[in-house]
Amino acid sequence: MAQYNLSINGKLMNVDVDPNTPLLWVLRDHLDLVGTKFGCGIAQCGACTVHIDGEAVRSCSYPVSVIEDKKVVTIEGLSEKGDHPVQKAWLEHDVPQCGYCQSGQIMTAASLLAENPNPTDEEISYAMNGNICRCGTYTRIKAAIKTASKSL
Amino acid sequence: MKTASTKINRRSFLKVSALTGGGMLLSLNWLAACQPKEANALGMPKEWFQFNGFIKIGENGLVTVMSPNPEGGQNVKTSMPMIVAEELDVDWKDVVVQQADLDTKYFTRQFIGGSQAIRSGFTNLRTAGATARAMLVAAAAQSWNVPANEITVKTGTISHKGSGKSANFGEFASLAAKMPVPEEVQLKNTGDFKIIGTSKKNVEAKNIVTGKPLFGIDTKREGMLIAMIVHPPAFGKTLKSFDDSKARTMPGIADIFRIKSIQDDYKKTFFDTVQFTDLIAIVGESTWQVMQAKKVIEAEWEIQEAYEEKRDMLGREGIRIVPKGLEGAASQEQAMIVAAQKPKTQRKDGDPEAAFAKAAKVIERSYTGPFLAHNCMEPMNFFAHVKGDRAECAGPLQKPELTEQALSSRLGIPLENIEIAMTRLGGGYGRRSYAHWLIEAAVISQKMDAPIKLIYTREDDMTGGVYRSRYQATYRAALDENNQLTAFHVNAGGLPENPLYPDRFPAGAVDNYLAEGWEVPSNITTGSFRAPRSNFMACVEQSFLDEVAEAAGKDPIDFRLELLAKAKANPVGDGNDYDADRYAKVLELLREKANWGSSKEGISRGVSAYFCHNSYAAQVLDLRIVDGEVKIDKVTNAVDCGLVVNPDAAKNLCEGAVVDGIGTAMYGELTFEEGVVSKTNFNTYRMIRMQEAPESIETYFVENGEDPSGLGEPAYPPVFAALANALYQATGKRFYDQPFINQLKLESF
Repeated sequence: MAQYNLSINGKLMNVDVDPNTPLLWVLRDHLDLVGTKFGCGIAQCGACTVHIDGEAVRSCSYPVSVIEDKKVVTIEGLSEKGDHPVQKAWLEHDVPQCGYCQSGQIMTAASLLAENPNPTDEEISYAMNGNICRCGTYTRIKAAIKTASKSL
Repeated sequence: MKTASTKINRRSFLKVSALTGGGMLLSLNWLAACQPKEANALGMPKEWFQFNGFIKIGENGLVTVMSPNPEGGQNVKTSMPMIVAEELDVDWKDVVVQQADLDTKYFTRQFIGGSQAIRSGFTNLRTAGATARAMLVAAAAQSWNVPANEITVKTGTISHKGSGKSANFGEFASLAAKMPVPEEVQLKNTGDFKIIGTSKKNVEAKNIVTGKPLFGIDTKREGMLIAMIVHPPAFGKTLKSFDDSKARTMPGIADIFRIKSIQDDYKKTFFDTVQFTDLIAIVGESTWQVMQAKKVIEAEWEIQEAYEEKRDMLGREGIRIVPKGLEGAASQEQAMIVAAQKPKTQRKDGDPEAAFAKAAKVIERSYTGPFLAHNCMEPMNFFAHVKGDRAECAGPLQKPELTEQALSSRLGIPLENIEIAMTRLGGGYGRRSYAHWLIEAAVISQKMDAPIKLIYTREDDMTGGVYRSRYQATYRAALDENNQLTAFHVNAGGLPENPLYPDRFPAGAVDNYLAEGWEVPSNITTGSFRAPRSNFMACVEQSFLDEVAEAAGKDPIDFRLELLAKAKANPVGDGNDYDADRYAKVLELLREKANWGSSKEGISRGVSAYFCHNSYAAQVLDLRIVDGEVKIDKVTNAVDCGLVVNPDAAKNLCEGAVVDGIGTAMYGELTFEEGVVSKTNFNTYRMIRMQEAPESIETYFVENGEDPSGLGEPAYPPVFAALANALYQATGKRFYDQPFINQLKLESF
């Protein structure tokens, strides 16, 4: 076990966990931030996507020990009032069905648009290809990303 | 106007003393969480007045509608309350929605399954709303001293024209809730609907996009421990012994022990399917710690002896034969070939043998479909806290009522002492109908005397059974000299389930018809999978009809319409389970909306149509081959599900069904060797991703004034064949075996 001071959603948070513990389980079990989802545990589905220094990262495969002073943002911290352009676009297009994968989808989309505010269809598909939506809402996800892109 | 009796399902409309699950103790936070539609000017009422199991109204006019069924993405948590609100006649923005717990006293059929929530709930939900409205009117009539029949209700306002009096619902909520429950109530004319038929946003969307705890796996309680299980690595094996000496010493581990989930002598019901009941349970403080300990347990397995399970199959006596042995793909195939030679006749019209003997042309084709895993994004999980003779449970499941019995029996706790709160499901697709993990969670909690949350890893889920069966079908069609279809023969079966629906199209449209089915026992557990059996039969039937139409030199839509015209005018045999007219109309709508007959450079089109779950769905799929890769440009959906309650949400569901169907047809596959399943996680089980999804999906609904029928499933089965038929147009090759990717890899374009 080891102590870690982590910057999560702009706040410093202290946890005492095994150094190999993936960030996903630190968030979910130790910090009660359960918006970040467990899907596969092997970085194949994207449900656990968070931002680390702005980059979309699969938290299920990212050990707590390598975070150091990097800034972690989860779905709960993406915006204060749930009004990030991507979240608003998701509501406008009423994207979710079961909704389980959507926080990961939103975090990947937000990271894409931060880097590339006007992505082409191909760039959207390429960036989002690591996020599985089992309900099949891909056409709405793509449409919502385009809407969010316009509002940036 | 239609009159509805409150005597049917009367419990639903009677006043309730208190709702379970703390329904009366709602905080402002709860209101904020339930009010995502838009900021509600009414705010939180000081007091709620309960009208019946579905409705409570605050003194300020705010209305809470309980959503009775579990929500797994089909959007019933929005659409079912919409139906109640319609008949209550309240402004939708003044409605908050709350998920009901399992409560068989007040609700019926709290299920996800069979695309039946709206269809079977429609009249009941309307009656609940109309009953509360009638009680509000009665209260106003009494207070104003005017006849009730002179009072009108419009969007949350009660008015009496003669006296000029008017009030909102809140003003009469207290008095109205005490009025007698009427024996009969008037339902609106469907033409007067203001909420039903308009698109309303998902009431949970804001909570989803902000990551609020909604799902079972998000459950957390004071003192809660995490549990995981280890199940056998192969079907046909069972636990012999295990060494947990290393795992026990690992940090955070509270206990490791053997559990028996469902007892061998318990008479299982339809949804109690489970293969592995002897399990190792690991309990600890955190998920990661338990996962690590799970990896170092050394278990010994032994071959499971054959056995038979007597089961109550929804009222029918059934037997599941569980053979001994470690199954493999080749031995299964051999057993299926043998079984297909000794089928059971399930329907016979005319003289098929004679018609085939006389045919000018006979077309015969065989098709296969593999085992499939449901792969819900939220891994299986459940919370349970067993305290003495009480059990509090919470989590995602499709049919709580049908698991409760097994749970009660296993724990020795009476049904009335078991609470099951239904959390949002991170996908169901049939998998969460088989809630053995709820029993496992409760057994572990009982042993630990502590609240526990059981979580399956992705691997535990994908290797744990309850798959779609493995299927096989052979079709024969006879054409005469005039290219008329004179005989049709289907021989279909599965391991272990027979997928055949003998009375479906083209039964009823062919004079000489033979449908035969068979099954092969297996120790691999299988069960409902989105549109059970139809998910295979639609693909193969509609692929075959495409080939028969081509052999007859006919356009595939015209060919189907000709058959449907015959089935309508002069149906063959009894008990055809589809309405030929509605079936034809959905194809006609599709033909128009997809501009069938037009062609576009480089685009190949396939068509398919199917009836299941009381609804009709048809698709045209447009694809291109680009650099050897299949690119799907567009799918056009035409659907007849009767009245559409929430159009945009209904479209979303059909879009999802199309994407899911394409993904499953193209990539879905599990195989077995020595009883071991071939894939364990998404690195090997290929799921459809954005790059493979259609660029656009359009959905059109038939407007025919029929009551609503199913929608969660019907658009899923036909798209498999629309894809197969489009692939044929693009490649010149027919695709007989799912998943299609296996053949595509071998072809070069």
